[in-house]
Amino acid sequence: MITVRPHAPTASHVPGLARRHATDRAMTVLLAVAVLVTIAVLAWVLVYVAAQGLKYLGPGFFTSTPPGNPATVGGGYANGIIGSLIIVGIATVISVPIGIAAAVAVTEYGGRLAAVTGFLTDVLVGVPTIVIGAFIWVIWVDRFGFSALAASAALAIVMLPLVIRASAEMLRLVPDVLREASAALGVTRARTIISVVLPTALSGLITGVMLAVARAMGETAPVLLTTLNDQFVQVNPAKPMTTLSLQIFTDAITGFRAAQARAWAGALTLIGIVLIFAIGARLVSRRASSIT
Amino acid sequence: MASRSSSSGAGAVQPAGIRLHGTRRLGDRVFRGGVSAAAALVVILLAAIAVFLIGQGWPALRHYGVFSFLASDRWAPSDATAASTHPNPYGILQFIYGTALTSVIGMLIALPVAVAAGLFITQYAPAWLRRPLSYLVDLLAAVPSVVYGFWGIFALIPALHPVVNFLIPTLGGIPGIGVVFAGPFFGVSYFAAGVVLAIMVLPIVTAICREVFATAPADEKEAALALGMTRWEMIRLAVLRRSRSGIIGAAILGLGRAIGETIAVTMVIGNSVLSITKSIFGQGATLSSVIANEFTEAVEPYHFQSLFVVAAWLLVIAVVVNIAGRFVTRQTRGGLV
Amino acid sequence: MRLKITAVTAGVLGAALAVAGCGSTGNVSSNSSTPTASGASSVGFGSANQALCSDTGNTKPDYTNTIGTIAGGAKTITGAGSTFVAPMMSDWIKAYNQATGVQVTYSSIGSGGGVHQIQANTVNFGDSDVGITPAEIAAAKGPILQIPLLLGAVVPAYNLPGIPAGLKFTGNVLGEIYAGKITNWDDPALKALNPGVNLPNMAIAVVHRSDGSGTTGIWTNYLTKESPTWVSTLGGPSKSQGKVVAWPVGIGGKGNEGVSGVVSQTTGALGYLESDYAIAQHITYGQVENKSGKFIEPCLGTIPQAVDGVTFPPSLNTSLTDGSNPDVYPITGTTYAMVYEHQASRAAAAALINFFAWVLTTGQNMNASLYYAPLGPALQQLALGQLKKITVNGQPLVK
Repeated sequence: MITVRPHAPTASHVPGLARRHATDRAMTVLLAVAVLVTIAVLAWVLVYVAAQGLKYLGPGFFTSTPPGNPATVGGGYANGIIGSLIIVGIATVISVPIGIAAAVAVTEYGGRLAAVTGFLTDVLVGVPTIVIGAFIWVIWVDRFGFSALAASAALAIVMLPLVIRASAEMLRLVPDVLREASAALGVTRARTIISVVLPTALSGLITGVMLAVARAMGETAPVLLTTLNDQFVQVNPAKPMTTLSLQIFTDAITGFRAAQARAWAGALTLIGIVLIFAIGARLVSRRASSIT
Repeated sequence: MASRSSSSGAGAVQPAGIRLHGTRRLGDRVFRGGVSAAAALVVILLAAIAVFLIGQGWPALRHYGVFSFLASDRWAPSDATAASTHPNPYGILQFIYGTALTSVIGMLIALPVAVAAGLFITQYAPAWLRRPLSYLVDLLAAVPSVVYGFWGIFALIPALHPVVNFLIPTLGGIPGIGVVFAGPFFGVSYFAAGVVLAIMVLPIVTAICREVFATAPADEKEAALALGMTRWEMIRLAVLRRSRSGIIGAAILGLGRAIGETIAVTMVIGNSVLSITKSIFGQGATLSSVIANEFTEAVEPYHFQSLFVVAAWLLVIAVVVNIAGRFVTRQTRGGLV
Repeated sequence: MRLKITAVTAGVLGAALAVAGCGSTGNVSSNSSTPTASGASSVGFGSANQALCSDTGNTKPDYTNTIGTIAGGAKTITGAGSTFVAPMMSDWIKAYNQATGVQVTYSSIGSGGGVHQIQANTVNFGDSDVGITPAEIAAAKGPILQIPLLLGAVVPAYNLPGIPAGLKFTGNVLGEIYAGKITNWDDPALKALNPGVNLPNMAIAVVHRSDGSGTTGIWTNYLTKESPTWVSTLGGPSKSQGKVVAWPVGIGGKGNEGVSGVVSQTTGALGYLESDYAIAQHITYGQVENKSGKFIEPCLGTIPQAVDGVTFPPSLNTSLTDGSNPDVYPITGTTYAMVYEHQASRAAAAALINFFAWVLTTGQNMNASLYYAPLGPALQQLALGQLKKITVNGQPLVK
C-alpha cells in the first residue's frame, strides 16, 4: 500500500524553488508596477491639465471670444466651442447615415463588395488625419476657400470608418432569430433591416457614433488645413470657422501667458467634452446590454 | 438572394418559395442599391485620396524624378529654382528617419509596459478589478493629441531634463554610437516626441495584448500549475509563448498609430527640417510634422507639390504598416472584419 | 460598476479642483502689454539709447482720410499672413469693427502663408513683410498691389537668467551664431562685445522660424548685408535670405508666437522676434550695431529713420534694413497688405479699400501703443496711392 502524504513542496525538498518563488514574486510586483505607472501617467496628464485649466476657467470662458492680440488677458473660446459643435455636428450628419448604410451592406448582404469594404475600412482607419486634411484641401479648399464645410468633410472622413466598424459589430450581435422570424412573417429584407435589425442594435449604434464624435472633437490636424483660426463667433458653415482644438493649438505654442492660460482652460474643456461623449457612450452600451 | 458568406457572418437568408409583391421587391432593390453605394463610397474614397495626392505631387515627381526624393536627406526649399532639376532640394529621407525614430522610441517604451499591463490585467487581477483597470488604460486614448502636445511642452519636457542630463554623459561617452546620444538638450527633440508617442500608443497596444492574453486556454494554464510551476512560469509557458505573434501584431499596429500622429509630435520635436540630426536629443521633423508646418505657405517652386509627395509617402507607409499589423493579429484572433 | 468608474474619473478631476481652486476668467497673471512709460528703455542699453528711446516723437500722425468711404462694401472680409503685423492687425480690426460694424477676420499664419493664400485667392487680402516677388505674382491669378501698413523692428531676444536687457550684437556675430559657428554664450566674440557682462558657459539654443516668414526675410536680409560668414555658409546671397532659408542649426517655432514660446521655455535660447512679441512677454532683447557703428536699441525713436534716403519702386517693395541714418535701428522693416488689383466683386473691393484707408489714417495713431512706428508722411501717401489703383470691371473705385 502506498501512502501518499500530500504536502506542498518546500524549498528544502526541491532545489531552486526558493529562487523560482522569488522570481515569481518579483514579476508580480513588476507587472503591478507597470499598471500603476500607466495609471499614474494618466492621472498626471488629467490632473495637470485640470490644475492649469481651473486657474483660468470660469463661466466667462464659454461666453466670450478671444482678444485679437494674444497678449491681452481675458476672453474665452466661445467661438471655438460653437465652431467645434457645428463642424462636428455636420460631420456626424454626413458620416453616420453613410457609415451605418455601409455597415448594413457589409453585414446584412455580404458578398465581395462587403469583403473589400471591410478591408478598406480598416485601411481608412490607419490613414493619418493630416493626409485627409491635405486631400480635402485639394478637392475643396483650393476651389471654395477655407470653410467650416471643408473641415466637416475632413472630419466626416475621419469618423466614417469608426462608425462603420462599430455599427458592423453591433449589427452582427443582433440574433438571427429576429431576422428569420421577420422573414417568416413575409416582411421584405429591406423592411426587416429598417424595422427590426436597426432598432434592436440602436443603442450599440449610438455608442459607436458617440465614440466617433469624441474622436472627431479632439482632432486638430485635418482642421488645420481646412479652416482658419480667428476671433469671431461664426455660424455660417460656408465661412471659415475655428474649432476648440485649433484654438488650443494656436494659443498653446505662443509665449504669451495670457494665451496659454486660455489654452489650458480650453484643453480642460476639450477633455471634458470628449470624456462626456466617451463615458456617455459606455453608459449607453452598458444599459443596453443589461436590458438584452 | 443573398447567401451566407463567411465575411458577413450574420447574413440573413431569404426563404425560398415566398413570393413578394412587385413594389416591395423594387423597394428591396433600391435599398440594397443604396447601402451598396455607401459601401462603394469607402472604396472610392480611398482611391480618390491616393489619386489626388499623387496627382498634386506629380509635377514635382516628374520634374525631379520619382526616386530622387528618397536619395537625399536635405530638405531646402530655398534652394529650389523653377529650372534646375538636380540635385533635388526636397529630399525626404530625414522625415522618414524622424518618423521611424520617434515611432521606434515610442514602441520601445510602450511595448514592455503594454505587455506587462496586459498580463497583469488578464492573469493577475481579480475579476472585479479587470474592467476598471482596462477602462482606465483605455482612457489614455481619449485625450486629444493637441492636449498631449501641450502637456508635453510644459509638464513632460521639464521632467525629462534630469533624465536626459543623466543619459548624455553616460551614453554619450560610448565610442562609436555616443554621437547618437550627444547633447545639448533643449527639451524639444526626437526623444521627447518618442516619449509622448509612447503614452499615446499605450492604450491600443495594451488593449490588443489584453485580448490576446485572454484567449490563452484555461486548461493549458491549469496543467502548468498542476505540474508545480509558479504563476510566472505558467504565464511564460502557457500565455506568452503562444502570444508571440499577437504581441508582434500589437506592436506593429501601435507603430502604425505612432506613424500617423501629427500635432503632439510637431509641438515637441523642435521642427528642424534641413537634414537628419544625429543625436536623438536634437531637433528633427517627421513626415507628418513637416506637412503641418509648411502646408499653408509653400510658395517656392515645387515646394507645395513636394509636400504632397511627402503626404503620399506617409500614406503608403502608414497603410502598409497597418495592413501588416492587422494581418498578423488576424492570424491569432481569428478574424475581425 | 459604472458608478465606480465615473466616480474614479470624477475623483481625479475633483482632486485637481481641490489643488487648484476654482478660477474665474481674467484670473491670470499676465505678461502685461502696457508699456513702461511709453517705450522708456532699461539701463542695460546705455544712456545714448535712453535718450533716443525716451523721445517718442510723432507717434500720432493724425493723417486725414482723403479717400473717404465707398458705399456698398461687404460686411465681412478675410485676410491671412504675417505674424509680424498680427498684434497690430488685431487691434486695428477690433477698433474698426467698433467704428463701422465690418468684421475683418485675420489669420496669423506667416508671410509665406499670406502669399500662398492670396495666390490661391482663398482670402480677400494677404499680408507679407517682404511683400510678393514678380515670380510669385506670376503664379497668382492676376496683378497684385502691395500696400505698406506700418514700420516695425526685428529684435534679437534671449533667455539668460540673470543677464539684463541690452546685450550688444553685431550683424556678423549674429550671422555666425545662426550659421552654427558660434555655439556658446561665453564665446570670445560675444564677450568682446559685452565686456561688463558675466556671460554663462551655456550652449546657445538658436531659434528660428519653421514656417515661411517675412520676419525671417527681414532678419536674413540684414544678416546677408552684414555677415559674410552667414552668406558663405548658406551658399550665396540668393540662398541666404528670404521667407525660407535652409537653417543650418536651431529649433523651429511656428510664427512669431511660436518663436517667442520656444525662447521663453528654453534657457539659453536666442531668437529673432518682432519687438512687440518680446516686449509683451517680458523677454529680454539686445541692441544691434548699425552701419554708422553705433549700438542702437529698437524703439519708436529709432525705427522711423529706416525710410530715410530710400527710393521706393512703383511696387513699393524694397528692403529697409541697414539704414544710413546714424540713429537708426538696423533691422527694420514694413509689412505689405496684398490685394488683387482687379477685383471681381465690388462689395469686396469697397470693403478692402475702406478698411485699408482707415488703417492708413486713423489706424496709424494706434501703432505706437504696440511699439510699431507709424508710416512716415511720404510712404503713407504712396500707400494710399496703391488703393486708388484698385479696379472693378475695369473702373477704379476711388475717384
